[in-house]
Amino acid sequence: MSYLDRQGEGGLYSWVTSTDHKRIGLLYLTVMTVLFWVAVALGIVMRLKHLSGGDFLISARAYNALFTVHGVIMVFMFVIPGLPAVFGNFFLPILIGAKDVSFPRLNLLSWWLFLTGACLAVLSLFTGSGAPDTGWTFYVPFSIRTGTNVSLAVFAAFVLGLSSILTGLNFITTIHRMRCEGMTWHRMPLFAWAIYSTGWIQVLATPIIGITLLLVILERAFGIGVFDPAKGGDPLLYQHLFWIYSHPAVYIMIVPAMGAVTEIIPTFARRCIFGYKAIAYSSLAIAALGSVVWAHHMFTSGMADLANIIFSLLTFLVAIPSAIKVFNWTATLYKGSVDMQPSMLYALTFVFLFSIGGLSGVMQGALGLNVHLHDTYWIVGHFHYVMFGGTGFAFFAALLYWFPKMFGKQYDPKPAYAAWALMFLGFNMLYGSFMALGYMGMPRRYFAHLPQFHSLHIAATVGSWALVAGLAVFYANLLIALRRGKPAEADPWGGKTLEWTLPSPPPPENFDKLPVVTEAPYHYNPKAPA
Amino acid sequence: MPYLPQASTVSLSIDRYFLGSLALCLAVLLMVTFFLVYFSLRYSRKRNPQPTDIEGNALLEAVWTVVPLILFLALFYFGWTDFRTLRNPPPDSMTVKVTARQWAWSFEYPNGKRSEELFSALGRPMRLELNTLDVIHGFYIPAFRIKIDVVPNRTATAWFLPRLLGDFDIQCSVICGLDHSAMLSKVRVVSEEDFRRWYFSDEGERALAKASGGKPGKAGANLLEEHGCLACHTLDGGPSVGPTLKGLFGSMEKVEGRAEALKADEAFLRKEILEPEALIIEGYPPVMPPNTLDKEETELVLDYLKELK
Repeated sequence: MSYLDRQGEGGLYSWVTSTDHKRIGLLYLTVMTVLFWVAVALGIVMRLKHLSGGDFLISARAYNALFTVHGVIMVFMFVIPGLPAVFGNFFLPILIGAKDVSFPRLNLLSWWLFLTGACLAVLSLFTGSGAPDTGWTFYVPFSIRTGTNVSLAVFAAFVLGLSSILTGLNFITTIHRMRCEGMTWHRMPLFAWAIYSTGWIQVLATPIIGITLLLVILERAFGIGVFDPAKGGDPLLYQHLFWIYSHPAVYIMIVPAMGAVTEIIPTFARRCIFGYKAIAYSSLAIAALGSVVWAHHMFTSGMADLANIIFSLLTFLVAIPSAIKVFNWTATLYKGSVDMQPSMLYALTFVFLFSIGGLSGVMQGALGLNVHLHDTYWIVGHFHYVMFGGTGFAFFAALLYWFPKMFGKQYDPKPAYAAWALMFLGFNMLYGSFMALGYMGMPRRYFAHLPQFHSLHIAATVGSWALVAGLAVFYANLLIALRRGKPAEADPWGGKTLEWTLPSPPPPENFDKLPVVTEAPYHYNPKAPA
Repeated sequence: MPYLPQASTVSLSIDRYFLGSLALCLAVLLMVTFFLVYFSLRYSRKRNPQPTDIEGNALLEAVWTVVPLILFLALFYFGWTDFRTLRNPPPDSMTVKVTARQWAWSFEYPNGKRSEELFSALGRPMRLELNTLDVIHGFYIPAFRIKIDVVPNRTATAWFLPRLLGDFDIQCSVICGLDHSAMLSKVRVVSEEDFRRWYFSDEGERALAKASGGKPGKAGANLLEEHGCLACHTLDGGPSVGPTLKGLFGSMEKVEGRAEALKADEAFLRKEILEPEALIIEGYPPVMPPNTLDKEETELVLDYLKELK
């Protein structure tokens, strides 16, 4: 019997009340996939608008709502919760040899909060006096002055934050308390390490955005004057508080992605990971250093020059642990036996695209150059390379890697390769054009654009068509596999971590008898010293 | 950079930094990509069926920690020196006051002259003191590689020294509402001689009077221009964010929340100026910023509107 089989009452009700971490993982995956496609559609409409520099297709008001809602959905409902909530929920307990997370009911509550937040965000589009138009950053005083439905959207983000905190808390506790016999810290798969680092950022940083967003609501409703300059409040205080969370949030987005890729590469290279400890501790270093670089989002805000200098220096330092990971992944291929399955191809593409995102981040971390690049399409290109090229491609790689385990079905690899080609081409055309546009001086969040930017906008829009076609092929292929895929083996890729010792799909409580671990993970070649 | 003029002195060093750091980053990217591709092919399952476990190498870890560290510290240092230049205007700069509002820029020179476009003399450094009347705006001249956020209750500063003649775009870089992308202006770099001629003439005012048909009430038209009203209201009957001012006086207007139309008489228009959120004419967004005209100026504007048929 697998976790997918009918249990108790059966039907939808048994799913939305289930405390099984695997079912909760699938609940997240379902809601998130829908939200992802909604946000993709909003993005495509924005790209179509830029087929013309002036008034075209939609109004300026609609455009401002589009980039705000696209950002809110993608950031708060797909990229931040994506890997931890789906694959963390499903695989973290299995990877460390546990039957479930530490607090299964809390876990279900997290999902319900997530669903509530998502519904509130969608509701904010259709109620009140119009969809929010401030950008996902909700900068004051504009977010206080605008008549649009900011309060509800901000409250939605608050509820989503609560869900994120509870998930992080659950994972940290699970890793501390639920590891099976012999699963020492240094025998943990690196995905678990990544989830552990992420959990700490979620628990420590998210309350700050929660409080900040509540203050925005109070400011709008009662005019308390903390942020409103007309009452002596300070808009820069808002920016600091916002980024104290929202920069570490970037690492909530990327660290689990790095963790997933770290599982995939050794499996398909069929050798142990190069530099286990370097990768494990660099996750912690990212979590720590990433918490003290937030004001690099504010180099042009007019804060003190000394603060600018310190935050620029710290920003260059936070790039080091990421660079260490990239080098270790590359070295893991050396003398391996590489099987370029779709999952591996997507994982290596993650390394490539994330490197572009990271290196462009290093460039814009420089004070002088940042002044020119800040708030332009360069920045938009940069963070799409990190969040989509990075986290997005890692999400797809993880989905391809674990799909047979999660659903017990095998997909056809050929469409997955075709989808990769389309997405890779379209992605670079779209976001490469964005970076070039930004260097030429195209500001972000512009409904209309000046003539000198037009040809690159056209190139970007054409690229977006290839990208979305690739996405469609990717998801269609998996949907077809769900219905008609061949039954998957227990260990189709020859993986060595604990999830591959279970049948596909796994039984409800994972392990009949809790496993006992005697060696490090990724132990592919018994002849070599472990 | 062929596509973006290097129109200020700092743009040269910013571009040098950009190209230098881009070359370095591309070199790193190419190196990583080369090894990813080479290892994937050289050690493919077909070519290398029997893998070898290598758990790590302390020396390599040290090298790829320390070498990027040194490179990054160098990048930090040169980024900082550029920034130091950007933050320290030469002492002989001319200071121009810049006012941002939804969705227009206006400029005031030391002799009190005002304009909607920024006039600047080739080879003469100009220092800007920027303030906003409503939300945060971002003052951005790509051709000069300068940008500064204009935050309420704070005076932002920036400076530049133009090295090319011509017109260059000024754009708002911080989302500030409906017409954010129309919050544009130009910096016009002219020769020192032309600048002096412009600076000591009343050219700007004459052009304005002409635009309003040379009718009396020139002072009112100037005020509308200076206070940014024309960013959203036209004087010629054309459509814009708000209703056109031509023929507004004496017309019947449907107002949100009232069944019958109201006559746009003097009291109506005064209320519109002083409390724009109280009377929203149907079909237009409720986005008019708070009034900045003083009492006397308000009367001048009202006189002008009465004549603008």
